[in-house]
Amino acid sequence: MTNDELLALTEQERAEEEKYSHRIHICTGTGCVSSHSEKILETFQAEIKARGLEEKVKARQVGCMGLCAAGPIVSIQPDGLLYREMTPELVPAIMDSLGGEPFKDQLIDTNIPFFYRQEKNTLENAGLIDPERIEEYIAVGGYAAVVKALSEMTPAEVIQEVHTSGMRGRGGAGFKTGLKWSLVAKAAGDQKYLICNADEGDPGAFMDRSILESDPHRVLEGMVVAAYAVGASQGYIYVRAEYPLAIKRLKIAIKQAEKLGLLGQNICNTPFNFKIDLRLGAGAFVCGEETALMSSVSGNRGTPNPRPPFPAQSGINNCPTLINNVETFANIPGIITDGGKWFARIGTETSKGTKVFALTGKIKNTGLIEVPMGITLREIIYDIGGGIPDGHNLKAVQTGGPSGGCIPAEYLDATVDYESLKQLGSMMGSGGMIVIDDTSNMVDMARFFMKFSMEESCGKCIPCRVGTTMLYNLLGKFQAGQATRWDLKRLEELCDLVKNTSLCGLGQAAPNPIISTLRFFRQEYLDKLIDSEKTGETVE
Amino acid sequence: MALNQKRIAPPSDDRRWKLVDATMRRYGYSSQAVIETLHTIQEVFGNISAESLAYVSGSLNVPPSKVYGVATFYNHFNMAPLGEHVLSVCTGTACYVKGSGQVVDWIKEEYGLEPGQTTPDNKLSFMVARCVGACGLAPVIMLDGEVVGRLSVDEMKKRIKEWISYDK
Amino acid sequence: MNSNPVVRSFTIDGIQVSAAEGETILEVARQNDIEIPTLCNLEGISSTGQCRLCMVEVKGTNRLIPSCATVAEEGMEIVTSNERIDKYRRMIVELLFAERNHICAVCVANGHCDLQAMAQKLGVTHIEFDYLHPSFQVDASHPKYEVDHNRCILCGRCVRVCDEIEGAHTRDFRNRGINTLVITDFATPWGESQTCTSCGKCVHVCPTGALAEKGKSVAEMQKRRQFLPYLVMRREGAK
Repeated sequence: MTNDELLALTEQERAEEEKYSHRIHICTGTGCVSSHSEKILETFQAEIKARGLEEKVKARQVGCMGLCAAGPIVSIQPDGLLYREMTPELVPAIMDSLGGEPFKDQLIDTNIPFFYRQEKNTLENAGLIDPERIEEYIAVGGYAAVVKALSEMTPAEVIQEVHTSGMRGRGGAGFKTGLKWSLVAKAAGDQKYLICNADEGDPGAFMDRSILESDPHRVLEGMVVAAYAVGASQGYIYVRAEYPLAIKRLKIAIKQAEKLGLLGQNICNTPFNFKIDLRLGAGAFVCGEETALMSSVSGNRGTPNPRPPFPAQSGINNCPTLINNVETFANIPGIITDGGKWFARIGTETSKGTKVFALTGKIKNTGLIEVPMGITLREIIYDIGGGIPDGHNLKAVQTGGPSGGCIPAEYLDATVDYESLKQLGSMMGSGGMIVIDDTSNMVDMARFFMKFSMEESCGKCIPCRVGTTMLYNLLGKFQAGQATRWDLKRLEELCDLVKNTSLCGLGQAAPNPIISTLRFFRQEYLDKLIDSEKTGETVE
Repeated sequence: MALNQKRIAPPSDDRRWKLVDATMRRYGYSSQAVIETLHTIQEVFGNISAESLAYVSGSLNVPPSKVYGVATFYNHFNMAPLGEHVLSVCTGTACYVKGSGQVVDWIKEEYGLEPGQTTPDNKLSFMVARCVGACGLAPVIMLDGEVVGRLSVDEMKKRIKEWISYDK
Repeated sequence: MNSNPVVRSFTIDGIQVSAAEGETILEVARQNDIEIPTLCNLEGISSTGQCRLCMVEVKGTNRLIPSCATVAEEGMEIVTSNERIDKYRRMIVELLFAERNHICAVCVANGHCDLQAMAQKLGVTHIEFDYLHPSFQVDASHPKYEVDHNRCILCGRCVRVCDEIEGAHTRDFRNRGINTLVITDFATPWGESQTCTSCGKCVHVCPTGALAEKGKSVAEMQKRRQFLPYLVMRREGAK
């Protein structure tokens, strides 16, 4: 595929699009499919046919529009109307309203902060295109980055552009993407691998799944560019088996891209070859850790190994391997087509670009959002999220999942960037943001996360295997009102041990939910001590 | 040194083994294909039986203990067959914050089942899911794969009771 | 072979030492008679860095690194023992004792046990964690050997020696986390294993009384590990 061919395809697709006076977009992300949006799509299609409007109105499946709390969501283009909680019964009424007055009952006011405070970049196509048609992705400028990189740029220039963007890994730790790429590019070896980590395991996070379901080609495009930059010829997408829709759409997308010569042999008529295969994860949170992920991709138990050697030196089959997560790859096309400087215009000094969050818990507007780095937690929760429902008060915001921490309400004006979240004892993580109100007890929250870490520990190293179990049991003593001050001291010592001596990131971060709640909500632990020990001196 | 070895025969003439063979063939009978093959087995048979583990080990030339170790490492694989109906409660953080823990406790008490267990009459299996990704609908349960969400804990209990009394 | 090998100079506890390219900190320490405690590492089989007892500090950083799995670098200043490291080591050994049922007084390996010796050396006098008290059956189905998971510390030495030296890969781990267990074949009783060659190497590399010869009474199970160095030499020589 050349640039001219790409443009021709874009023109053709746009002309086709303009034939229709109205396009009805039905969300078919997992959240909306759960509430039967596929039935709504079928009903629209039947209704259009019954009314003989096939030439004028088109109903299509699209990806996530973000406001999952109000699903199933239907949008009418080009009017930009958005309808909430659709049912098949409402379809005729919506059809009647086309071209006239909107159907008021289910209309969502799009002039609310939930919409205008967001800044969509990786999600820009979500909800606008059919994720199962490559033509629609191309029509909105898709694969221009592959054509540009392969025809106009050297691998070094591609990496330089990523450096310029200041992009940091969206998987959690925030390692500089450009630096990671240059390490793999410099590593010696003819065979190099590339892995897209789509094993989103945080309970309460669904950013990656939404991106894959809504815009799978965007991720493939980012991978092709990365493979060209580092010199990889084989790529894997390690995706959770629990994401059947994402898997289905990725399989379709890979086939389509191969057919158009955007993936596979001689991409864009150049000597560059790159193949992508899917590998299904099978339910192990630890496989989010790079070395464990590689064990699993190779068909083994997903246990981590000491680093160094790092994957960039010795990964799959002992070859240099680049691992980035879904959202990181999804940011690449924009950086290449619009430039690293364009990307770096958003965000703070050290955290550039936008970040996708799954906003859930005790909040009015649960859903998927994309915001500029540097936004405050207050803006996310009260403006975009619409505040806390049922007259309750905000107690804390949990970010970073089982590896992160709880940020108390008094730090609401903290900005969302890698450093400030870390300073508050939490982390950016992959993007789960769970709002906790005053009905939750923080010791219970800590134990919930510890149960998760305990069950997800691979069992290889002693501090994580036995330590997380002991921490879980100790928290049980607190819950039962049986803990002494001695137990509190042991709890803190054990957190310190597990954090500093565990083999991999899962173990090292597992105590964070306890450490952060002890820091900000210590009184709740003291309140649960056995009665006779509630007052008095600390045991030393 | 290439080992000239005949492929072993499937455990039975059940046609579903052809699908398992197809997966192994697609990966060139590589020892790295253990997980992909187990996925296919679970998909077509519903669970991973002892005989299927032996077949994978023999076909891919992977030591028995290694295949067993892989199959038991991952949550997604279940060795025992599931009951006729499966009730699954999501225990992701968003669902937990909205009370899924209480639903789990209630099921334990009401039906005497621990997560992962099946009733003796093989009618009902109770599972907990890590996160089904429908956090916007929290708390979420799945009744034979159908997602039910956006209910209070009490409404949830009522819905489960109705579902279980119907056809159980 | 590189005719001009790179040598790295660094210090361990203030002693000037040198390492050949690729040598780990632990290997160099052993060559210089500097002791670093470990339970999972054994010369002759691969290092996995999983017991975390050989963690050492690199001066100038707060991070601890596993000496068995970290290649020595020029100019490193390694500290093998200080208050913080010693405390961590004691806690790790305590966790091991609390995890399963280690009762030295009735153990075949009493007096010849690496775990017991480690506890004594580190000065672990009592266990401050609540014991988990799991319950495991002893597998005595093998004619010559038996396995008692109550005494297993999941160090993986038996798994590695069987895979790397004997080449049988009879053993592996099942499940994960606190439920991890060493198995033979498809969790088959040892005596019914189709792959076990009954060579006994696993028994002798086992640091505790988990794997033992049958018929041994309390404190009688001495482990013989002389075979490892020459088996490794022959394997390397055969390359």
